[in-house]
Amino acid sequence: MTTPADTVGLTRDEMAQRVAIDIPDGSYVNLGIGIPELVTQHVPEGRELVYHTENGLIGMGPSPEPGQGDPELINAGKRQVTALPGAAYFHHADSFAMIRGGHIDVCVLGALQVAANGDLANWSTGAPDAIPAVGGAMDLVAGVKTIYVITQHCTKHGDPKLVEACSYPLTGVGVIDRVYTDLAVIDITREGFQLIELSPGVSFDYVQDRTGTKLLPMQGARGA
Amino acid sequence: MINKQVTSISDAVADVFDGATVMVGGFGEAGSPIELIHALIDQGATNLTVVNNNTGSGEVGLAGLIKAGRVSRMICSYPRTTNSTVFPELYRSGATKLELVPQGTLAERIRAGGAGIPAFYTATSVGTPLGDGKELRQFENRDYVLETGLTADFALIKGARGDRYGNVTYNKTARNFAPIMAMAAKTTIVQVGSFVAAGDLDPEAIITPGIFVDRVVHVADPAHESALVAKGVTYP
Repeated sequence: MTTPADTVGLTRDEMAQRVAIDIPDGSYVNLGIGIPELVTQHVPEGRELVYHTENGLIGMGPSPEPGQGDPELINAGKRQVTALPGAAYFHHADSFAMIRGGHIDVCVLGALQVAANGDLANWSTGAPDAIPAVGGAMDLVAGVKTIYVITQHCTKHGDPKLVEACSYPLTGVGVIDRVYTDLAVIDITREGFQLIELSPGVSFDYVQDRTGTKLLPMQGARGA
Repeated sequence: MINKQVTSISDAVADVFDGATVMVGGFGEAGSPIELIHALIDQGATNLTVVNNNTGSGEVGLAGLIKAGRVSRMICSYPRTTNSTVFPELYRSGATKLELVPQGTLAERIRAGGAGIPAFYTATSVGTPLGDGKELRQFENRDYVLETGLTADFALIKGARGDRYGNVTYNKTARNFAPIMAMAAKTTIVQVGSFVAAGDLDPEAIITPGIFVDRVVHVADPAHESALVAKGVTYP
């Protein structure tokens, strides 16, 4: 345990690559802002995903070449994007009908906290002077079929983000299916956090020490 | 003869009254009807309730309207921007109230309002602070909250092309809330980048049929919010 913490576990790109492996060919996907956006760069060869952005575009492509963008062709993070061949535009009620009506297959979101029962907190720290802003997060977790969280295992201050119960205001109740962190892949099960996979060089105890509640070991040998 | 074209932008917003509820199209700068908002700032109506996904950026457009002290209440989903302190300051001082609504609930409330539906149930926000105090009902073993339809006195929106019947098309993701706001407002005012003769818009391609539109004003080469903010422009 003498290795500096910042050299243990996956990088942001490796985390995104790990998530991309689990998204099936042909999925309609909505990606949150931040690390989730990196998923597009790591889709395995031969697999086609269709990206939805809630401000009214399905078939979203990468950022435009410098000088080629349109300030009215943007993503949910308000950055300029492109529309791929086969893309479609639509208004906000249709866009959220795609989300709330269960038509989007996978959503990848960031998190402040995830609880062992699948509760997510990712929109507010509840600080009294903060400007509350929710965007589409509550709609996504309520309506999309599979919700993945991609996040650092701990906060910048070293506090666990995987907890017994969220202390921050909730985005949704029991909505998360799986969490991908720099240290591990963890499923939400009826029994709680179930370890699925450890990042290279990371032991069970190392992850358990950095998790705010009980972590169920993988079937078979404990540790790595 | 039906002719919804209004030649002067100040005439287009002349009857917006103090205390009105005004839906403003746009998601970030995409679809923001900046020239109509600036005309509304000049017109002087105050104590407005404004419905928009955001609260503007810099000190132009919607942020300019808020900065001018005309907005007593915002109904929106995401009032944070990286480059504007206008709303946060007025919110913290209590001068501008906030009704925070999940983005999909906001869209559906506007759609419902425009379609004559007074209320609907949704799973969004169940078990969260934004669902607190709302009527809960179970359908097929899942909880839903009751949300009410949203209407407005006016909608200010930006289209790409329009004709004298009020038919409107949009540019890419500038469409966002505009078609549903056009349905939900008593008086819908649209600025269009190009005004065309009736029949020039393909009926198959019209996004907002003119029945939802009351006034069309031609604003050639509309400003982009990000370009104004980058140049340090403020309004008024």
